[in-house]
Amino acid sequence: MQCGRPLLDRLDIGRDSFDSVILGCVNVIADEMNPARVAALRLGMGAATVAYTVQINCGSGMQSVDSAFRAIQGGQADLILAGGTESLSHAPLVFRQDAAAWFGALMSARHLGARVKALAGFRPRFLKPVIGLERGLTDPVVALNMGQTAEIIAHLFRVSREASDAYAAESHRRLALAQTSGWLDGEIEPAMARDGGSFGADDGVRPDTTREKLATLKPVFEPPWGKVTAGNSSQITDGASWVVLASEEALEKHRLKPRAVILDSAWSALDPSIMGLGPTLCATDILKRRGMGMADIDLWELNEAFAAQVLSCLAAWNDADYCETVLGLDAPLGRIDRDRLNPDGGAISLGHPVGASGNRIVLHLVNALHRMDLRRGIATECIGGGQGGAMLIERI
Amino acid sequence: MRPHSRNVLAALESRDLELGLDLGSSHMLRHWRYGRDAHGVAWLLFDKMDAAVNTIDDEVLNELADVLRRLLPEHPSGIVIRSAKRAGFCAGADVGRFAGRIDPAEAEELVLQGHRVLDAISELAIPTVAVIHGHCLGGGLELALACRTRIAVDGATFGFPEVLLGLHPGLGGTVRAVGLIAPVEAMTMMLTGKTADAARARAIGLVDVVTQERHVAAAVRDAVAGRIRPPQPTLRAKIERLPALRGFLANRMRAQARKRAPEAHYPAPYALIDLWETFSDRPGAMRNEEIRSFAALLASRTAQNLIRVFFLREALRGMGETGKPMTHVHVIGAGAMGGDIAAWCALKGLRVTLSDQKPEAIGAAMRRAAALYGKRHVKSTDLRDALDRLVADPRGHGIARADLVIEAVPERLELKKALFESIEPRMKPSALLATSTSSIALRDLGEDLRNPGRLVGLHFFNPVPRMELVEVVAHEDIFDVTFSRARAFVRQIGKLPAPVAGEPGFLVNRALAPYLAEAMAMLAEGIAAPTIDAAAEAFGMPVGPVELADRVGLDICLAVADLLRQNRGTPPTPGMDRLREKVARGDLGMKTGKGFYSWSGGAPRKGRAGNPPADTADRLILPILNACVACLREGVVAEADTVDAAMIFGAGFAPVTGGPMHFARSQGVEDIVRKLMELVRRHGPRFEPDEGWMSLNS
Repeated sequence: MQCGRPLLDRLDIGRDSFDSVILGCVNVIADEMNPARVAALRLGMGAATVAYTVQINCGSGMQSVDSAFRAIQGGQADLILAGGTESLSHAPLVFRQDAAAWFGALMSARHLGARVKALAGFRPRFLKPVIGLERGLTDPVVALNMGQTAEIIAHLFRVSREASDAYAAESHRRLALAQTSGWLDGEIEPAMARDGGSFGADDGVRPDTTREKLATLKPVFEPPWGKVTAGNSSQITDGASWVVLASEEALEKHRLKPRAVILDSAWSALDPSIMGLGPTLCATDILKRRGMGMADIDLWELNEAFAAQVLSCLAAWNDADYCETVLGLDAPLGRIDRDRLNPDGGAISLGHPVGASGNRIVLHLVNALHRMDLRRGIATECIGGGQGGAMLIERI
Repeated sequence: MRPHSRNVLAALESRDLELGLDLGSSHMLRHWRYGRDAHGVAWLLFDKMDAAVNTIDDEVLNELADVLRRLLPEHPSGIVIRSAKRAGFCAGADVGRFAGRIDPAEAEELVLQGHRVLDAISELAIPTVAVIHGHCLGGGLELALACRTRIAVDGATFGFPEVLLGLHPGLGGTVRAVGLIAPVEAMTMMLTGKTADAARARAIGLVDVVTQERHVAAAVRDAVAGRIRPPQPTLRAKIERLPALRGFLANRMRAQARKRAPEAHYPAPYALIDLWETFSDRPGAMRNEEIRSFAALLASRTAQNLIRVFFLREALRGMGETGKPMTHVHVIGAGAMGGDIAAWCALKGLRVTLSDQKPEAIGAAMRRAAALYGKRHVKSTDLRDALDRLVADPRGHGIARADLVIEAVPERLELKKALFESIEPRMKPSALLATSTSSIALRDLGEDLRNPGRLVGLHFFNPVPRMELVEVVAHEDIFDVTFSRARAFVRQIGKLPAPVAGEPGFLVNRALAPYLAEAMAMLAEGIAAPTIDAAAEAFGMPVGPVELADRVGLDICLAVADLLRQNRGTPPTPGMDRLREKVARGDLGMKTGKGFYSWSGGAPRKGRAGNPPADTADRLILPILNACVACLREGVVAEADTVDAAMIFGAGFAPVTGGPMHFARSQGVEDIVRKLMELVRRHGPRFEPDEGWMSLNS
């Protein structure tokens, strides 16, 4: 709501003109099983506008854009509002399974005796909640949490703690610069809370942090020798993002000024234990089928799930063996210039509302291409569960 | 345009192992690579030439000493020993070097050389670190124990399997293990041969830390810098080391050992307990005594025969060619046998569909499968995956998809033939059709098949999860490719394939039948069941014949005996009436709680064994030998060693004898034949020596 209302107010389009609303969201709360529909109705899109929610974990926000892109490309729609949202601060605390069983027995006890007996089955441990968020960030198939998967690929590509911390410090520096320079104006809308709080900008940024300060943090996922810390990981935050996609016909009809076109998109999957390498597969697929190389891409948004994970992807693209045996390339794709990668920071400094991030990096790529006067860019992300998504964008 | 690889993880697998060195610039001898890393730490990488797994022998240890001589003058800041093989650290000593070593003096000298190398490592002033992944067994564990710090990688397993070969550790392992961890814990590991996983090894103090491959480099740096604190001796360890308690603890260990391994057949556990009881206060003396005791054990009949059994197992495993693995098996019949076969195959990574006319039988099989996986301490994600692979398939959709269809329906010829007729048209043309029959001739089963060449017998033994042997049964019309794929399948699921011809009873049941029948005859003569069992167990059989009959199920014993008599014309033995009565009454043995014994909690209630007549053991054992000789003569089994292996792993025939044929030869064939003739005279023609003995006369 907080970002949808200003967006729709900026546009001179009747709210009921949209064919559909698509929203990416990972942690859907029990009260709102289809958040896309709830958002559409509350945004005043009208009772007749179809709305659905998409979920591919960390790729959900980009999946909504891709679904809209494919629907318009296929001629089934002309105007779509596509977004992503996440409110991890609302993620439930879950009761233990044995506690739920006890509660069930208590509720179904018919007479006093049975109820007393059921009550007696109470154990203090029942009160200890299971943190739903923590479970959501652990892969159920390989039983590794996301931070551990970053540790694994950091090892496979020999990414050091020092390099990770340096990357993270730079992410904060860039975001702070972007915020103070006004480069996010028009992209980030202030949010107001009902309790009177107002948030003009994402407050996770630490402009004064340095790699030395980050080096003092303890590894969170695999102490004592892990390389992934709270400081060089993305921040778990709340957030939402919307973009409008339109066909050429709709552009004319509503007299809209396009910002960019989507040229292509791709999704890939691999073993969940090395999910962080997902971008190397899907983004390369796009490059290969377009006959492009690193030189053809002016700007990258590679979602910063973990600094070690971003650096592993970069190392993989520059690794002859990986490029040949895994990516099917005759020569390494090569290095990505750091100036052309995440120019205004990313999830490490800004936060990673999982369902929203994919949408946000597409949006930010468009805006950054305009600001930096560049033409083509790829937004890509790794996806918990062992997947990756990528989208090739061209500025207009 | 080439697509990206479908298996990214496999493509990256070779990067996982942290070897510390750039292998291009490291030195390479025959079995060791070595070099120094950027921090001045020397890495010694064990990579045995021409072998998939590392094993220790004198050459390996001498070369290790050589590497140390070359490295030490360069003053490395520490030394790391680890394996460069993915399979693991070290599977133990090269058992081949032990076979036939019967001169204790020579063995002592060999072991002493090894001791000198390990002692040199343990006396180094610089930090020494063993990094352990995968198997770390026997001599490998002894090498690791000679290092100051042990870093285990998740998934590592530790154990002293020497006792299974009739030995105890011989490279200082007895001294170092009881010195490092609580003595009873160390002794239990050495007395049982049971392995400990990495977490357990950390809990008992066998390793200093457990980590993942990705943190090995950092862990090594901390170990060399002295930043890994070794586990402190527990209160329990201190108490167990009190001299006043030692005799009591030693006696308790002896009592435990006696339950599993009688001293007459298995001297090693008792030698080890003596060693600890007498010398554990004096490590130097214990070390010398360990060498002497090890060399003496090595020369013993038990050790030499158990080493023989080790190689029999390897040979049997080798009879399963490695080929394209099966991916999908369909099992028909969810009874005790079919259900357990299905559960086992799913545990071993195959997709399994299981059908039965009765859905409730499939449900019961699923419950048993979950219980089996639970008993095997399968971790929760693997448990889920195994149960995902095991598909209840009441309509038999899997028949058309499977690479192998196994029939495990009741032992009735017409039933099986009718089943074959209905499923054969639905099977993939390349799929094998297997029967689990134990007593019906395969030629009869296959006579109406359109393609009898794809039929093969897969005879599993009960209980499926525990019994390693599977008889792979051929017949006149079988295709070679069917027979070899069936053997490969048995190996694929971690069992041992014994190729046999399709005569009723095959080898194992045919050889066991007279053993059980003779026990029935003895019962009829009035010899008490516990007395009979004790006589067989004194010979070295793990379970006496009466208890075995109760365990197998009296109904099954009777059915097999009847079928064998019908199909083979084996002479009737006295005493079968009593068996028949028990079956008619529904007293079927362990499964009904009552047979020849009363059963509770999976154990029989036995009275005290009396003194058996002098020829009791001969009457029980020699008919087994006789049947084995007949099977060899008829070509049911091609080789005497295969007979020995099959009887040990399928029937539990006393392993200390080295197998029935080996036993016969070591006793002298003429002697055995003479004893059989004597039994004929006293008890009847059922002991008539097979004519095959004649050709064994050498």
